[in-house]
Amino acid sequence: MEWASQLCENRGLGSKMTDSKYFTTTKKGEIFELKAELNSDKKEKKKEAVKKVIASMTVGKDVSALFPDVVNCMQTDNLELKKLVYLYLMNYAKSQPDMAIMAVNTFVKDCEDPNPLIRALAVRTMGCIRVDKITEYLCEPLRKCLKDEDPYVRKTAAVCVAKLHDINAQLVEDQGFLDTLKDLISDSNPMVVANAVAALSEIAESHPNSNLLDLNPQTINKLLTALNECTEWGQIFILDCLANYTPRDDRESQSICERVTPRLSHANSAVVLSAVKVLMKFMEMLPKDLDYYGTLLKKLAPPLVTLLSAEPELQYVALRNINLIVQKRPEILKHEMKVFFVKYNDPIYVKLEKLDIMIRLASQANIAQVLAELKEYATEVDVDFVRKAVRAIGRCAIKVEQSAERCVSTLLDLIQTKVNYVVQEAIVVIKDIFRKYPNKYESVIATLCENLDSLDEPEARAAMIWIVGEYAERIDNADELLESFLEGFHDESTQVQLQLLTAIVKLFLKKPTETQELVQQVLSLATQDSDNPDLRDRGYIYWRLLSTDPVAAKEVVLAEKPLISEETDLIEPTLLEELICHIGTLASVYHKPPSAFVEGSRGVQHKRLPARAGSGESTESPDVGQSVSGVSDAPPAVIPSQGDLLGDLLNLDLAPPTTTVPPVPSSMQMGAMDLLGGGLDSLSGSHYRTEVPSPQPADFSERELGGDLGGSPAMGVGVGVGVGVGVGLGPAPVGMPAGLGAAPAVGGGLGDLFDLGGGVGMTSGSYSPPRVVWLQAMKAKGLEISGTFARRGGVIQMDVSLTNKAMSVMSDFAVQFNKNSFGMAPAGPLQVLTPLGPNQTVEVSLPLSSTGPVMKMEPLNNLQVAVKNNIDVFYFSCQYPISLLFVEDGKMDRQVFLATWKDIPSDNEAQFQIKDCHLSSDAASNKLQGSNIFTVAKRTVEAQDMLYQSIKLTNGIWVLAELRIQTGNPNYTLSVKCRAPEVSQYVSQCYELILKN
Amino acid sequence: MSASAVFVLDLKGKVLICRNYKGDVDMAEIDHFLPLLMQQEEEGLMCPVISHGSVHFMWIKHSNLYLVATTNKNSNASLVYSFLYKLVEVFTEYFKELEEESIQDNFVVVYELLDELMDFGFPQTTDSKILQEYITQEGNKLEVAKTKVPTTVTNAVSWRSEGIKYKKNEVFIDVIESINVLVNANGSVMSSDIVGSIKLKTMLSGMPELRLGLNDRVLFALTGRDKGKTVTMEDVKFHQCVRLSRFESDRTISFIPPDGESELMSYRINTQVKPLIWIESVIEKFSHSRVEIMVKAKGQFKKQSVANNVEVRVPVPSDADSPKFKTSTGHAKYVPEKNLVVWTIKSFPGGKEFLMRAHFGLPSVENDEMEGKPPITVKFEIPYFTVSGIQVRYMKIIEKSGYQALPWVRYITQSGDYQLRTNI
Repeated sequence: MEWASQLCENRGLGSKMTDSKYFTTTKKGEIFELKAELNSDKKEKKKEAVKKVIASMTVGKDVSALFPDVVNCMQTDNLELKKLVYLYLMNYAKSQPDMAIMAVNTFVKDCEDPNPLIRALAVRTMGCIRVDKITEYLCEPLRKCLKDEDPYVRKTAAVCVAKLHDINAQLVEDQGFLDTLKDLISDSNPMVVANAVAALSEIAESHPNSNLLDLNPQTINKLLTALNECTEWGQIFILDCLANYTPRDDRESQSICERVTPRLSHANSAVVLSAVKVLMKFMEMLPKDLDYYGTLLKKLAPPLVTLLSAEPELQYVALRNINLIVQKRPEILKHEMKVFFVKYNDPIYVKLEKLDIMIRLASQANIAQVLAELKEYATEVDVDFVRKAVRAIGRCAIKVEQSAERCVSTLLDLIQTKVNYVVQEAIVVIKDIFRKYPNKYESVIATLCENLDSLDEPEARAAMIWIVGEYAERIDNADELLESFLEGFHDESTQVQLQLLTAIVKLFLKKPTETQELVQQVLSLATQDSDNPDLRDRGYIYWRLLSTDPVAAKEVVLAEKPLISEETDLIEPTLLEELICHIGTLASVYHKPPSAFVEGSRGVQHKRLPARAGSGESTESPDVGQSVSGVSDAPPAVIPSQGDLLGDLLNLDLAPPTTTVPPVPSSMQMGAMDLLGGGLDSLSGSHYRTEVPSPQPADFSERELGGDLGGSPAMGVGVGVGVGVGVGLGPAPVGMPAGLGAAPAVGGGLGDLFDLGGGVGMTSGSYSPPRVVWLQAMKAKGLEISGTFARRGGVIQMDVSLTNKAMSVMSDFAVQFNKNSFGMAPAGPLQVLTPLGPNQTVEVSLPLSSTGPVMKMEPLNNLQVAVKNNIDVFYFSCQYPISLLFVEDGKMDRQVFLATWKDIPSDNEAQFQIKDCHLSSDAASNKLQGSNIFTVAKRTVEAQDMLYQSIKLTNGIWVLAELRIQTGNPNYTLSVKCRAPEVSQYVSQCYELILKN
Repeated sequence: MSASAVFVLDLKGKVLICRNYKGDVDMAEIDHFLPLLMQQEEEGLMCPVISHGSVHFMWIKHSNLYLVATTNKNSNASLVYSFLYKLVEVFTEYFKELEEESIQDNFVVVYELLDELMDFGFPQTTDSKILQEYITQEGNKLEVAKTKVPTTVTNAVSWRSEGIKYKKNEVFIDVIESINVLVNANGSVMSSDIVGSIKLKTMLSGMPELRLGLNDRVLFALTGRDKGKTVTMEDVKFHQCVRLSRFESDRTISFIPPDGESELMSYRINTQVKPLIWIESVIEKFSHSRVEIMVKAKGQFKKQSVANNVEVRVPVPSDADSPKFKTSTGHAKYVPEKNLVVWTIKSFPGGKEFLMRAHFGLPSVENDEMEGKPPITVKFEIPYFTVSGIQVRYMKIIEKSGYQALPWVRYITQSGDYQLRTNI
């Protein structure tokens, strides 16, 4: 009968004789009763009592008072009872450290029990008792267990080393357990190997600098062998450990990949993802033209797709990772669009992730299907999902040009549904479509306007207002529409207010006669009645602009906008690389580096993908990176012939539209969009000048343009307004209409604005190398030539000193350049007007153009110059800093930057070290900007700043760079990516020169 | 690396049982779990990972339980979810049903299992058949000598014990193919695939070596064989008993099978399949008055075959009432709690076509809550037939004692995720 009930209990069949009875004990004197039972002579009663104690513990009652009594039950040959007592100990030892010592003897004894199950149990539990005093007693038993004959005990002991290390790292090191653990990697039993690897990885993770896991080809080979034999979990430990290894070369990389790929057929999704991680990482090292590389790419797709039939939580993890993989290597899944179609019964988190991936995979080939699906989703009921689906349609339009028309009509269909949030979302995305394809789909504006009243979300209202402003000339009642918004101006969100202000100014510039009142109204609302500095600033700028020079105002406000980029939400390349190294982990789920959410992980090295063989990038940890001087052993610079350079130029469709207006600060938050310069159609200015309201005649004093950005917009009168300098506006202020008499004092705003241009003659100027002697008098019959180069106001100049060290007068100077890499040529004659007498020196600035004939020079920045005078022709060569060629409109749009970075093959990336530089990242950024190296974005991770910078050369080549600056570390790391990689080293030299100058 | 602690909670968030593996996360943190989950549910933004400060909860739900793992590290999330599902599998094998009661009724074994399944956050032995050899509540009855670690636990063959004996040595092989189909409202097939599974019931003595031969196209191409129909498997997943590297190199499926029932492998086939049961539906909704449904089902498979237990589930509005049905065969039933009409046809021969009409009333005051557009789903089973044409060509069984063993093969095709979108 007894055994029968036990059996029932075990199978969960019995309902009366189960463990649940232990939960119902008598209430009064419970502890007392239990105490008596625990001390009973009868074994059975004792066991029952311990079970009751554990039951109480489980429901959260404090039974720590029974500690000595329970520990007394520890010495038993009943395994079940022993396990329960151990469980009790684990729970309460910490609260009763002194009494826990009582248990030590039994533990030590149990570690020598003939039954391996008990030995393992003892060593496992001892490790879980996190009491310092116990740990020292643990050492001897642990040492024995690590060498136990039974693998079950050894594998348990291996994990125990990690536990002990967590409690007392020093002790573990002193006792030499780490070495024993390393030896276990060569154990004959795969399970022991797996646990030893897991324990070592765990210890290494908390001590990143210990060289614990010094993986070498021999250990790697052992791990790969164990991989075939250990349990699914052991396989994950080993694969995760392998992922930390950096193979020496592509051949080793390939051979590891070959041995890891069979894991892709494992039934456990976690094994598959860990294998994917290893492959994605090591693949980075394989040459792309290798057959195996293609094979591997093909092998990755099917298992990734199969992950989508796993349990929903695992699907979610898989989808988040696929999102990364698709960004890193789009080719893997480009034909698998269909599997990401959303099923009705998918959980919402799976649906949203699938949508994201669908957009990433959308291409001309599959767009019809994708759109049909998205339209289907947009009629679902789940609001978040529907919104995202509508947004996705807009993104498809922007991404796949051929589909734009279809997308727009789909969106119109959706607007007809009149479902409020669908309409609003659609309007937001249509605005983006207008941005991407200006003047193409305005026919839909009428439909949009019909829905004006139903818009209650700021983003949708702002988008609609933008559309009305942008197409004001085609909307008959644009003024009425905008006016209707103006009524509740102060209740609107900032976003809407800013848009409204800009839209009305646009309207005014387009239809000045009817809208003067409206514009005055909005300007005064924005400047006088608002507390928002952004709004006020923008208001003042418009006001000033309109009042001083409407032609310029039109140029600025109605400028052609830069195109918006196709890909959105791209993860920054360095972060993406790091996340690829963390496939399968929480980091890959959050799309954040571990340092962002794990405490105490500061200072832990960020993982990076290994470099492809033969590329200039260093493969080791960052501090082993090549210094600038060591670049010479970089791959031979295959300089493109002139044609290639031109080819590069033509390929660069990423460049922003050339501006006729000097660079306007795009880093300005406010009004940036409209202020960006662009093509302009002229305007009969005089007509407007008389009508434009002006709040205050401007004071064009020759004050220095300066002042810090973001300062109070309500500047005092008399602060200089530098419009004339920046935009070349006519300084013709107009009288102030009487109605505006109360306008506040304005000024300064524009001065602030243009300070950011960073281009011409600003505080931090362009880098100019020190003067050197190019031609010695001895070699040139007494003519000494020294000089330097500079870039001033967008013009490259060669500053030359000619000294006559001969006895006779020199005259008839002329200069000529040999063909050179960047087509530099004198843009005018060498202006030495008077003959140069003996011991006389003349300083000449020779303007240079970069449109001359091109020929590759070695080094790239070499310039061969011939100078002629009445005596002879002299030749010399000099080298110019390549920064001379950095043009002023070299700031790339952030999105374009991301896309370009991704697009440039990683073969083209080169890494350099800049040593002993003590600037802060902001100071460095400013300094670099002076030489037209523009910071596109800045990201700070822990104490490390990453500056993403763009440079455009005179020949249209773009150079992208990432500068990593760690606080307190004078060594910067510079990664340079360029389609013409041979310029990279010269760029890095410039960085060094500029930063240290 | 993975979990710091594992909790089993009831639906109210009360901890039924837990195990602290690493001690680096405060066990009281779990109190935040359910409120956060509720908040997410309210916002409609459920997510399998929830974080609270530096603590991350990874959770799954099973019947009336939440299984939650906590961590404060960058854990391997896929490992944690796999482990939680494994936990469900093991508990289910032990207690038949895993639910609140079975946890309470067996808390001693649950503790023991939790201790054995994971150590310091590293999953250990999770094969329930092997665990049952040494974690039982009969343990106290056994002599000390008998409760030994089964060598299997640490063996390279960790899924099969030695010394198994059967009088009659047999293997039953089930080849089951599930058809997943997604059909658009306009009748075009958006996606379709076949997920196959080969299940074994092994009743073999000793440590037999098995080799399974399929008409795998890649294998045939490798061996230069060119006879009969072959099948291209897009992706194959194996039970851990199969030697993966062997398969990778020469496509041989060789293994020592676990005893009893197991899934040997699963595969996915991408080839577009004709939906075996084709549904045409006309659903007309007359607001404030009625819904009329006409569904035509057609068996698009061989005349010799018969689909069994066919169920066509047609969604109806939640406020529909007074159902009326007419069917050319089988029988239709309204299931109001699921807002479905279920049309059941016990036996559906290939090539045949059947019709069902349904009529519902709608209230004059309409439900203004938006309703989703659930698809029509279909369930069926067609025995003695695989839609892909996959075949077991042989099963070689070699054991050192040299016994003769018989393999038995059975084929079946069934519906998987079989959805047809409707217009309404």
